[in-house]
Amino acid sequence: MQTLLREARLKRQNILDIVFRNMTRVSAFAVLALLTAILASLVIGSMPAIKAFGFNFLSSSEWDPVNENFGALVPIIGTLATAGIALVIAIPVSFGIALFLTELSPQWMRRPLGIAVELLAGIPSIIYGMWGLFVFAPLFADHIEPWINEHIGPLPMIGPYFSGPPMGIGILTAGIILSIMVIPFITSVMRDVFDVVPTLLKESAYGLGSTTWEVMWRVVLPYTRIGVVGGVMLGLGRALGETMAVTFVIGNANELSGSLLMPGNSISSALANEFTEAVGDLYTASLVELGLILFFITFVVLSIARFMLYKLGQKEGH
Amino acid sequence: MIAEKNITPKLVVRDLNFFYGEYRALKDINLTIPEKMVTAFIGPSGCGKSTLLRTFNRMYQLYPKQKATGEILLDGNNLLDKRQDLNMLRAKVGMVFQKPTPFPMSIYDNIAFGVKLYEKLSRHDMDERVEWALKKAALWNEVKDKLKQSGTGLSGGQQQRLCIARAIAVKPQVLLLDEPTSALDPISTAHIEKLIDELKEDFTIVIVTHNMQQAARVSDFTAYMYMGDLIEFGDTSTVFTNPKRKETEDYITGRFG
Amino acid sequence: MFSLYNRRRLINFISLGVSILAMLFGLFWLGWILLTLLEHGLPGLTPALFSKMTPPPGSDGGLLNAIAGSLMMTVLGTLIGTPIGILAGTYLAEFGQRGWLAPITRFINDVLLSAPSIVIGLFVYEVYVVHVKHFSGWAGALALSIIVIPVVIRTTENMLRLVPNTLREAAAALGAPQWKVINFVTLRAARAGIITGILLAVARISGETAPLLFTSLNNQFWNGDMDKPMANLPVVIFQFAMSPYEDWQHLAWAGALLITFSVLTLNIVARVMFRQNSNHH
Repeated sequence: MQTLLREARLKRQNILDIVFRNMTRVSAFAVLALLTAILASLVIGSMPAIKAFGFNFLSSSEWDPVNENFGALVPIIGTLATAGIALVIAIPVSFGIALFLTELSPQWMRRPLGIAVELLAGIPSIIYGMWGLFVFAPLFADHIEPWINEHIGPLPMIGPYFSGPPMGIGILTAGIILSIMVIPFITSVMRDVFDVVPTLLKESAYGLGSTTWEVMWRVVLPYTRIGVVGGVMLGLGRALGETMAVTFVIGNANELSGSLLMPGNSISSALANEFTEAVGDLYTASLVELGLILFFITFVVLSIARFMLYKLGQKEGH
Repeated sequence: MIAEKNITPKLVVRDLNFFYGEYRALKDINLTIPEKMVTAFIGPSGCGKSTLLRTFNRMYQLYPKQKATGEILLDGNNLLDKRQDLNMLRAKVGMVFQKPTPFPMSIYDNIAFGVKLYEKLSRHDMDERVEWALKKAALWNEVKDKLKQSGTGLSGGQQQRLCIARAIAVKPQVLLLDEPTSALDPISTAHIEKLIDELKEDFTIVIVTHNMQQAARVSDFTAYMYMGDLIEFGDTSTVFTNPKRKETEDYITGRFG
Repeated sequence: MFSLYNRRRLINFISLGVSILAMLFGLFWLGWILLTLLEHGLPGLTPALFSKMTPPPGSDGGLLNAIAGSLMMTVLGTLIGTPIGILAGTYLAEFGQRGWLAPITRFINDVLLSAPSIVIGLFVYEVYVVHVKHFSGWAGALALSIIVIPVVIRTTENMLRLVPNTLREAAAALGAPQWKVINFVTLRAARAGIITGILLAVARISGETAPLLFTSLNNQFWNGDMDKPMANLPVVIFQFAMSPYEDWQHLAWAGALLITFSVLTLNIVARVMFRQNSNHH
């Protein structure tokens, strides 16, 4: 009797085990399905544009809703340029913050400062956009851009990129706002990555009489190089895909201008501004194709980032 | 003295081999563990004593790439058989680990957790079972007023006795103890050794220990293992006072390595 | 020799100084943004903000419908995304030792974690909005849930991995079937961390604007029907801030203050809670 009862319960438990395992497996599988579905829906949605423009879509700087002639060059360049500017500023700053937080800061300050940096990441991106448009851009136009025009504008080679009317909004402003947004992401990866360095290794370097900077630059950084690059790529992925912060300040001009001070457009802000108002299949499809291109670029960048971080993780494991 | 006691085999190990991937961690082990007595496995670390213990409830099956071949008969049934239900086996063969492992729930629920898996008890019967288990584990007097408190709040020694209570509450036939006192202070250790002596009235006990004095104090039979081989097995007094093999003698007298 | 040493010390001194400047640089922006929010947003924090609907330009109003819509979609998005995230995270941590599914899922999930949220909005538009032919609160909640999932998967897996194996073994040794071991022992042991992860996910989606633009869009009026376009704070802030009307811009600032401090409070609560719990054990 007792054993019969036990056996019945046992059978039920085994079934529940299988049910539960499969529920988790299906959920994990859903993540793969999600990625596939995103890709598929974007490809299908952009089919009319792909058929109409082919690869010209990538190289054409036309964006003419009236005559239904579309090309992605301007937003692609805008996306890459803003993300590039963001990285140029964010990498050294993030490294400095990570260095400060791992090596210099007194113990009691580490936590609050760490939280402060993470709060910077917590601020919704739309706030960055608003603040950029209403506070930063006017100051930038009044005080910084005239200076840039005057001092960097006349320089040979890079000069043309830094001249133009001081409007406050444009590619450069968007890049600067983006840099503030990605600093916490890169910093946080760098901190994690620096923590991977065996204490013994650092102590040996200090033991030889190295300064903090030398330990950081000659021991910690080479040891974690691949992870640091991974973190930077992660920040790049963020910057490429960021929408709201850019949309407010980039100027939304679908023209190819040679200067970073001029308004431009990025993929995400073109989507944010035009998608709900787009009329006609071809217009919509072109915008969806922009989304597809953005997803593709960020996917590649983020994959490389993750791959590099895994590499460092493996090193840690040995 | 032991020879006079009635010896029935509880677990019979035949030609047991164990693999971690390619690595052969146990080599052709043959061994008989008597019912309602304490059998100790001793040997240097990495000798396979814990591995052997973990084949008795097939704990290794939680991990991929680990496998055992051969036979282990529990009351005549091969527990390595594929058809053997794992959970059923583990209800019969309980285990206590090196470090205390209280579940993140109340003391009462810690004990009731295992019982509820196989028995449907009334509230009253469950209360009795919990009390019985805690008394058996000599913990009742210390926790009877705080059964609803978290098990993680107890001291290390108390936690380990809680784990023993949890294991015996299911009323297993065999109790496996994997270095149960290695993380405890001497007083808690003494508590638990005394407990082991009482528990063998009801259970077949197999204990792995790195502490030879402990093996000598608590066990009736002792197995000495080295590098995955069972070097010597016999009743404890013989193994400790008159070992047949030179290796055993070297280890026991500390001339090892 | 001595001069070389001095030069090294100088380099060290300068670089460490620069690192302190970098820290200040980061704090400077944080402080500036928060102060701006307080300055422009505080005057707008009136009872009317929480009791009136979004107005047409030139008349009085508040953000009640937007606040309610945001709450509804955030809650729903979390409710949809969390179970899937926990289950998938459990798969990665508990069943994922063998086979191809776990490593690939882990990788894809890490990528989705930082995927552009506007693309998520585009995706939901393509698969849902296009077919029902109108924007809706459901679509918004769906888009938000897709953002929740990777965050919850990541924290669930990480937290489960922190649970010592001996705890799993101890539960299995009692003869507990695996689903009970996981649900009653391992997940429970990882509870604090997982809840922190969920809170962080909630914080993340409460500020998301881009995925709502093409899904729930906006609604000037009170709406409790998830099947209709639904007002929400981020999109209202976006539209009002970009508008030429000053009273709309004031409301946008008040909304911005509201949303930022809710999100930051959630962030801090989550971290403090996790810290207390991990100290406790």
